[in-house]
Order: sequence, then C-alpha cells, then structure tokens
Amino acid sequence: MKTGAKILVEGLQREGVDIIFGYPGGVILPVYDELYDSPIRHILVRHEQAAAHAADGYARASGRVGVCLATSGPGACNLVTGIANAYMDSVPMVALTGQVPTSLLGNDAFQEADITGITLPVTKHSYLVKRTVDVDRVVQEAFYIARTGRPGPVLIDLPKDVTAGQIDEVPPLPEKVHLRGYQPTLKGHTRQIDKAIELIEKAERPVIYAGGGIITSEASGEMVQLAERLLCPVTTTLMGLGSIPCDHPLNLGMLGMHGTAYANYAVTESDLLIALGVRFDDRVTGKLSTFAPHAQIIHVDIDPAEIGKNKKVDVPIVGDLRSVLQTMLHRMKKRDDRKHWLAKVRAWMRKHPLSYKSDGCLRPQYVIQELSNLLKGEGIIVSEVGQNQMWTAQWYCFRNPRSWLSSGGLGTMGYGFPAAIGAHFARPDETVVDIAGDGSFQMNIQELGTVAANNIPVKVVILNNMFLGMVRQWQELFYDHRYSYTELPPVDFVGIAKAYGIDGLRVEQSEEVPSALRTMIETEGPFILDVRIEREENVFPMVPAGAAINEMIGGHVVPERELELAAAEEGDATFRPGRKAV
Amino acid sequence: MKAHTLSVLVENRAGVLTRVSGLFARRGFNIESLAVGASELPGMSRMTIVVIGDDAQVEQVMKQLNKLIDVIKVSDITESEIVDRELALIKVNAEPGSSRSEVMQIASIFRAQIVDVGAKTVVLQVAGDPGKIEALERLLRQFGVKELIRTGKISMLRGAKTVQPTK
Repeated sequence: MKTGAKILVEGLQREGVDIIFGYPGGVILPVYDELYDSPIRHILVRHEQAAAHAADGYARASGRVGVCLATSGPGACNLVTGIANAYMDSVPMVALTGQVPTSLLGNDAFQEADITGITLPVTKHSYLVKRTVDVDRVVQEAFYIARTGRPGPVLIDLPKDVTAGQIDEVPPLPEKVHLRGYQPTLKGHTRQIDKAIELIEKAERPVIYAGGGIITSEASGEMVQLAERLLCPVTTTLMGLGSIPCDHPLNLGMLGMHGTAYANYAVTESDLLIALGVRFDDRVTGKLSTFAPHAQIIHVDIDPAEIGKNKKVDVPIVGDLRSVLQTMLHRMKKRDDRKHWLAKVRAWMRKHPLSYKSDGCLRPQYVIQELSNLLKGEGIIVSEVGQNQMWTAQWYCFRNPRSWLSSGGLGTMGYGFPAAIGAHFARPDETVVDIAGDGSFQMNIQELGTVAANNIPVKVVILNNMFLGMVRQWQELFYDHRYSYTELPPVDFVGIAKAYGIDGLRVEQSEEVPSALRTMIETEGPFILDVRIEREENVFPMVPAGAAINEMIGGHVVPERELELAAAEEGDATFRPGRKAV
Repeated sequence: MKAHTLSVLVENRAGVLTRVSGLFARRGFNIESLAVGASELPGMSRMTIVVIGDDAQVEQVMKQLNKLIDVIKVSDITESEIVDRELALIKVNAEPGSSRSEVMQIASIFRAQIVDVGAKTVVLQVAGDPGKIEALERLLRQFGVKELIRTGKISMLRGAKTVQPTK
C-alpha cells in the first residue's frame, strides 16, 4: 500500500529533484509528512511568491526543472506571480499545490481556490489530479512537458484525499513519455537551413540578434562560432546576456529600449538579421515598422508560434537552436571579408559609448562596474526590475551563459532576492549577488528570514535612491517631473539585516565602493550592502516607447577630437570599446 | 478579414474546452462559432471552430492552438471541398387559422421538420449550411420568432480525405 503523497515524493526523486522551495498548510500536510524523512531538501520560504521565484532561479542557474510547493487557496494564489514570471521567460518549473478534497471541490470550501483555472493563461500545462492512481503518471508527464520543447511552468493540483489516499499497486510507467498532442520539432528543416545559409553568404551587413533561447538550448558555443566564422556582430536581448562574452570583439551588448546605441544602429542598418531564440518583444523592437527596415530576417526558434508573430520573417526555421546551428556550421563556409561593415560598427562603438558621469558622485553604473571588475565577470548576478536591472545589463561584464538571472518578460519587482536563493542551491560554489533597488528589495524583503535561517550566502547590493527609480525617470521625461507616488522614505536596510542576524554595510561615498564591495564578497554568509546612489540618475540611452530604436535620447556622443586620441587605446588589452566613464 | 473554418482534434478530457475558449479570449481572437463532440477515434473529440480574422491572425490562432498539450491536430479547411452543416431549432408563432399554414409551407420549402406543435407555436428543426438557416430565420421573422437555438456549424472534408492525428 502506498499513499499518493509517497508516490508523489518518489516520483520527484525519480525526476532528479534534490530541492523544493515551499510553504506548508492544511491540505498539503500529507505531502509535508512524506517530505519529513525524504532525502529531498526543503527550503521554507517566508512567502509563497518567493518559493516560485526561488524555483525559477534554481532552474535558470542549473538548466534543470525547479520545484515549488504550496497549500491550497492563498498559498496557491501567492505562487501565481512566480508562475507567470516563469511562463513569460520560458523557465522549466513544476508547481505543486494542495487542494481541498475532491468531495468538496467547487463548494467554496475553506481555503479553496480554482488554481488550475487561475493559472490557465500562465502555465504551459496543468493537472488537477482526481485519483491517487494517476499521481505517478502526472508527475512524469509534468516534468517532461516542463523541460522539453519551449520550457515552461506546469502546475499539479493535488486534492487532499488524493495525496492521503492509498493504492495497492502503482501502475508501471512508460519508459518514454508519449503525448499525442505534444511533439516539439527539434531538427530544423533542411531546405530552410539551406535557404538561410544562402542568405547569410550573400549578406553584406549581417547582425546576429540572440536571445534567451540560446541560453536555454545551451547553444552559446555554436552561436559564437558562427559569429566568428562570419565576422558577424552579435547583439543580445536582456535574456541573451552571457551567451557571448561581454568583451568579445563582435559583441555589441544589448539592443532595444535601453540597449547600446551601436547595437541599435547596427540592427537598423543591417541587411540581414539572424534572429536566434528571440521573440521580437516590443522592448527590443520599438516601433515595429522601423525595426531592421533594410534587413531580410532569418528566425530560428523552437516555438513555431513565435515565428512571424510580430514581424514578417523571410526564412523561418523551427527547431532546437543548438541542433540547427550545428547543422549550419557544418555546411557553412568561412566568410571574413566584411571588414568594412565591422569597421563601421566599431566606429559607432567609439563614438556612442555607454557612459556615465565620473564626477565624484556615487553613480550606480560605477558600483556595477566595480563589482564586475572584482568578480571578473564571473559569479551569478541576479537583478530586480527597473533601473537596477538595466544598469546591470549595461555595465556588468557577463562572460558565461546562466550567469545572469533577471525577470525579462513579466518584469517582476521582487524577483531577484528569492531567485538568488534558488541560484545558490543550484550552484553552491558560485558567488551569487542580487543587484536590487530599494523599491524592489522591499517587495520580498521577508526572505531575509529564509536567508538567515539557512545561512544562505547571497549578497544583495541595494542601489538605494529612495525612489521607484524607473517610474520616476519616466515621470521626469514624459510627465513633466511630476513625481506622483514614486518617492520612498529612507530605510535603514543595514539595521533590518542586523535584526535578522545578517551582516550589512551602508555606503555613501564613491571612494568607499571598492572596499565595501570587497568586504561584501569576502564575508562568509549573506550580506546586505546599502549603497546610497545619486538619487535622480537616469538609465540612458533610452528609446521612448513607440519610437524607432535608432531614435534614442540621452546617449553620449564622443567629440571627433577625442575620437582621434582614443584610437590609440585600441591596442590596450583591457580596453572595452563602447563603455566609458566621462 | 474573413471567416476561417478550423477542424480541430482534441483529447476528450475535462478542461479542454476551457483551454481552447480561454485561448481565444485571452489573445483577442473572435470565435464566430464552436461545436464539439465525440469522434470516431477513442478518447478524442472533434471541434469545428469558425474564427474571423486575416490570414496572419488565423495562422497565429492555429499555432497557439497547436501549443496546447491537449490539442492533437489543427487543420484550416476553409479552402478545401467541405460539407458544412448546422442544426437549428426555431420556435415561431403559428396560430391555427392565421399563420400556421404559411409557416408550414415555408418549412417544407426549406426541408425543415416540425418537431413540436403547441396551441400557438410550432418548433421547426432545420439543418443546412449557416446561410440557409439565416435565410429561413429571416422569412419566419414576420410571424414572430420566439426562440432560436443554433448548434454552430460542423464541417467535414468531402471525398476520402479526413482530418487525422499526424502519427
């Protein structure tokens, strides 16, 4: 005889689960009782939203399926933001929720919520399990669906009588899951690949536009190889950062609303856009009709629904990026005669670098640059959402895939801190730093409790401007400086950390930054660094919503005279074109 | 913008209709009609969905439908040779001695059957393509249509061709 809960936990082990982030409650008790002496580790969070984000961070940092667990009703509802976040960014996750007994379903019972209904638009699939005998099969299917194809969250809703109920014999599972309505295309169509190669060989001004799909399919190596073979510049989306080393000579950094001017110019002037694992999001394209107006487009993605969704594509290829790129590399000749195009791109890099004022004020870009230097671009960097996120994307020198975790599609403030917790358990030997704002950090600040209780060595850098900075920036630029409800009173974050028994430090002067960062990294265990930055610093350049991406505001232009002098810097190995303190 | 007829094969499972109709609502696609019932294949149902949109929108609808795990096959059969049928029940005023005989005459021209006769009304059952049903309803309006119920259209490919799962 086995209970549904035992079958569930054994099923999780079979799927390779070593850690669950969760929060107990009434109807999920049978599962918690089974976890009590299971080898699977459980981390008790302080709010279910954090359980979902931690599972998400675990998944992004490891490439494996993250698991979160909550009780019915409010517990399940608190997971929703985290599930939606994982859905938008295609993160493999299984969310387990308790449910009232089947006999009470639909009766508005205590702590009942129709969680499969509520999460329908934000899950890849979901199950309401009605019989104990189905538990094992559902677990197997859920993990399969979550991690294959375009990954995403799968929810399993477990009524209490299903987990408490017993069956004599668990029906054997198939060796391979077969779902007749779900067969992702992995291998790209040969004729389409041929057409793509033909376009690539003819192109004079190609640009690779790479996104999160490169990270998910572990295709960074292939992508960089392709770029090098073609001498083709690469720009990445927010989700694609880390797929090519920041200081790679072909890397243009991020494109779009807060992308680099040179990436946006290159895309606008390109005659061929090679779009890899991207979805032409509005934050990337700006005004669609003026996005890459001279380019033919090759779009490779595992999800056919993304191809042609926003922008008409000349050569669509549905398939797993890694496999498609391998086939391409196998068949494609070297073409390194595009020096003229590269020279043009390099000239934009020198003329329109990312920049910040180096005037002794404590600027957030400097903090991130110093952290990047200190960690040599290694470690796992997590961000919250807003200015902190964009500054990190612009100024941290990412070198590796899965080293940057950020809420891209949904833009969830409060994501970073719990995601950092998850990332630590995925790769415990890495330094994990959450770069936060004072607004975002306070959205899941209760997780200081989780961090303290488990001595989780995540570091938090709070870029504290006592504002909801990004919204304030929009109010400054587009709403006539009317700062409607965006100012936050000062908070003693170090004091709060202390109350939890966590070390912290406040920094108010630019000169203190390097040593404070060193103290933070060298401190064993968690650490909170409260950095009081210039309050009204903006993220630039910026493409106003709805404008063309080459119509940026606030970018820096280097005067011709300086450009001539700067030519000498090119020989310097540490010189990173396109970024500059001025 | 035109009407597209989709023939969709789905798992016969609780929640499938919600998933399909929810998808249409969420992505802002307009359903003109949706009819669903069991098929000849064990465990599978067939849906006929009529959706209004331009070609790009309908292509996106089909791709999104295909992403649902419970959807097995989606075919756009608008341009194919198809049989279109819809069933309607129409309750119309037909008092003896006044309009009843005229209503019955119209019914017979449309090959509609009278399936219920009351003191003041009759219920007609009519099958045909949606255009025929609309034509009949228009003609009956002068007598007073008290209730109209339509099933939504179902469509099948003509000849030996069928909509089948890919594997």
